[in-house]
Amino acid sequence: MSANTETVNASLPNKLKAFHSWAGVDDNTLNNGQKLAVKYFMGAIILFIFQILFGLLAGIQFIAPGFLYEILDFSVNRMIHINAMILWMLYGFIGCTYWLLEDESGTEIAGLKYGVLGFWVLSAAIAVVVLVYLFIQTGAGNDTTLWLINEGREYIEAPRWADIGIVVVMLIFFYNVVMTFSKGKWSGIAGVLTLDLVALAGLYVAGMFYMTNITHEQFWWWWVIHLWVEATWEVLVGVIMAWSLMTILGVSRKIVTTWLYIEVALMFGSGILGLGHHYFWIGTPEYWLTIGGFFSALEPIPLVAMVVHAVYDSGERGFKNMNHPAMAWLIAHAFGNFFGAGVWGFMHTLPQINLYTHGTQWSASHGHLAFFGAYATINIAFFYIAIQHWRGNVWMGAESQNAWRWKWALALLNIGVLGMTIALLIAGYEQSFIERAIGGSTWGGYFAAQTHPSFLSAMHWRMLFGLVTASGLGLLVWDLLTIGKGETRKAEVIAPAE
Amino acid sequence: MSETPQWASESFWKKMAIWVTAGSFLILVVLTFDTLSQTTAGGDRVPAYSVINKKVDYQFNKELNKFMPVIGGEELLFGKTFTEEEAEQLVTLGKKTTQAKNCMNCHTLLGNGAYYAPDLTKAWLDQGWLTVELREQQMLAFLMDPEKNARTFGTGRKMPNLNITEEEAKGVVAFLKWMSSIDTNGFPYNFTTIYAEVD
Repeated sequence: MSANTETVNASLPNKLKAFHSWAGVDDNTLNNGQKLAVKYFMGAIILFIFQILFGLLAGIQFIAPGFLYEILDFSVNRMIHINAMILWMLYGFIGCTYWLLEDESGTEIAGLKYGVLGFWVLSAAIAVVVLVYLFIQTGAGNDTTLWLINEGREYIEAPRWADIGIVVVMLIFFYNVVMTFSKGKWSGIAGVLTLDLVALAGLYVAGMFYMTNITHEQFWWWWVIHLWVEATWEVLVGVIMAWSLMTILGVSRKIVTTWLYIEVALMFGSGILGLGHHYFWIGTPEYWLTIGGFFSALEPIPLVAMVVHAVYDSGERGFKNMNHPAMAWLIAHAFGNFFGAGVWGFMHTLPQINLYTHGTQWSASHGHLAFFGAYATINIAFFYIAIQHWRGNVWMGAESQNAWRWKWALALLNIGVLGMTIALLIAGYEQSFIERAIGGSTWGGYFAAQTHPSFLSAMHWRMLFGLVTASGLGLLVWDLLTIGKGETRKAEVIAPAE
Repeated sequence: MSETPQWASESFWKKMAIWVTAGSFLILVVLTFDTLSQTTAGGDRVPAYSVINKKVDYQFNKELNKFMPVIGGEELLFGKTFTEEEAEQLVTLGKKTTQAKNCMNCHTLLGNGAYYAPDLTKAWLDQGWLTVELREQQMLAFLMDPEKNARTFGTGRKMPNLNITEEEAKGVVAFLKWMSSIDTNGFPYNFTTIYAEVD
């Protein structure tokens, strides 16, 4: 090691200390699991910024196709946009789990040093993958490319070497969780969390094989994508919601645990076979039209249950809590999940409709509202829970100094995403009629729809609301860096009711 | 307050959660085995790779009331008859190329992917290639130099040059021809192919 790097390394802890004191955070208020959790949360926020930045670039290219042509093409921007999204949400979920681990198990985290190592390995791997995406982009049509550059499969483009790395880090994470609960105490929340993580990590393996038969390939690809976002991730947010309601509102453990089991039964009961709505048109047998149509139509039911649970319990506790921004984002999550994943999904899930909407901006509309409503919101709620403790458990109320920042961040992010959703929905409707029903999905039909005035104006509106979303994110980051700084009132600790 | 009834109790829903999840997963596993066996290349739904030696069309089937692939007589690709093994090799090269070039983050394949460029499910059959005779050459030329042979249809969106070699381009064309022969339950609807007679 050269003398130079040694100086940098030596000054790094000091810089970190300086940053901590500027940000007004204090590591002594956190347990070891929570110290690891805040690393993941900071990684999540950085990836969130990447998601929005590359989303904006891709959005501009719909309006000005020559923009960054053959420098950063749409395919690259869009890939980073959706990969950064999946990753920041995963970082958030992993962070949430590490955050609640010691409290929930009643003991110290097991295998902490492996967990910390896992965080740095995963983050370094992601940095390398993104650099390769940006500067190498594509390769020759052979296995070397699939192993080292890009697998070219939407959402799980990461090259195979990174897949293996991700699985290893997931195993470390899983080891931390299981060993900690085994050492301490198990609970309903702990049991659901652990089994869900087994499924989540196991499913990823289904996406790690090359197949020439595209029907088989997409069959397994959907095992990963659907069974993550429409099953295991939903249960994971159910766990996080249960714990959050207990912690910030004081809802009794018995109630949140019972609701969690209800949600698991309804979610897996509809979501596992709801997988069939991705098997309508990829070459798979016709019985999937019936199975997929029926079970996916049931998928909104657990989301209704989650809204009822969150809103009823909040009302029952008189909304009395010490962290208003977190509470607001939890309520945004309950409704966003129901509308984005539930209503927007249901609108085009039946095969009779989906024949025309499949592969249009309908999916993009649904995707934007669902990922934001179901997953971004609850992660943001948790960022507020974490920052409150990190700043020494200070009071965070609606009337606190500078509370306008979190309120405006909440408003701008929600309005921005909803605006993009509606614009994309209009584009999707127009495509379904002009490209699909009339144009018969030919290239001529496709381009007729893409050049239609209502499509073009929809793309401009989407861009505008994308900028609104970006400004909301800017404000959110600013707020997280400053909220509660200088606040002297402590938040009263609310114990869960018996 | 009265006691919680059995149907609303924690233990009841815990059992429900376990049984419903296990039951649903078991059904999925059984259906997965059936689906994979019905969709092996060479079956009714997903033809063998050597289908690239034949004419592939896509027509409305009145009896079934949906669009179906129609496999006809010989119609060679690049003037060559491929053995099953050679065909699989060429389609594999094409499939790997579509992944290596990240096609799916602009296009959709079987309707899945991004929405910046047209669906490729029936690209082989598209009237955009003008005539059956010109098609192969047009496709190769386009894939290898999409800038010069840009087909933007008034959108200004051009495919970037992805350094696709001639061999890879042939693979992609073979892959697209094979993919157009898959029975996709009538998706896309109302598609008029390059073979359709214009009245």
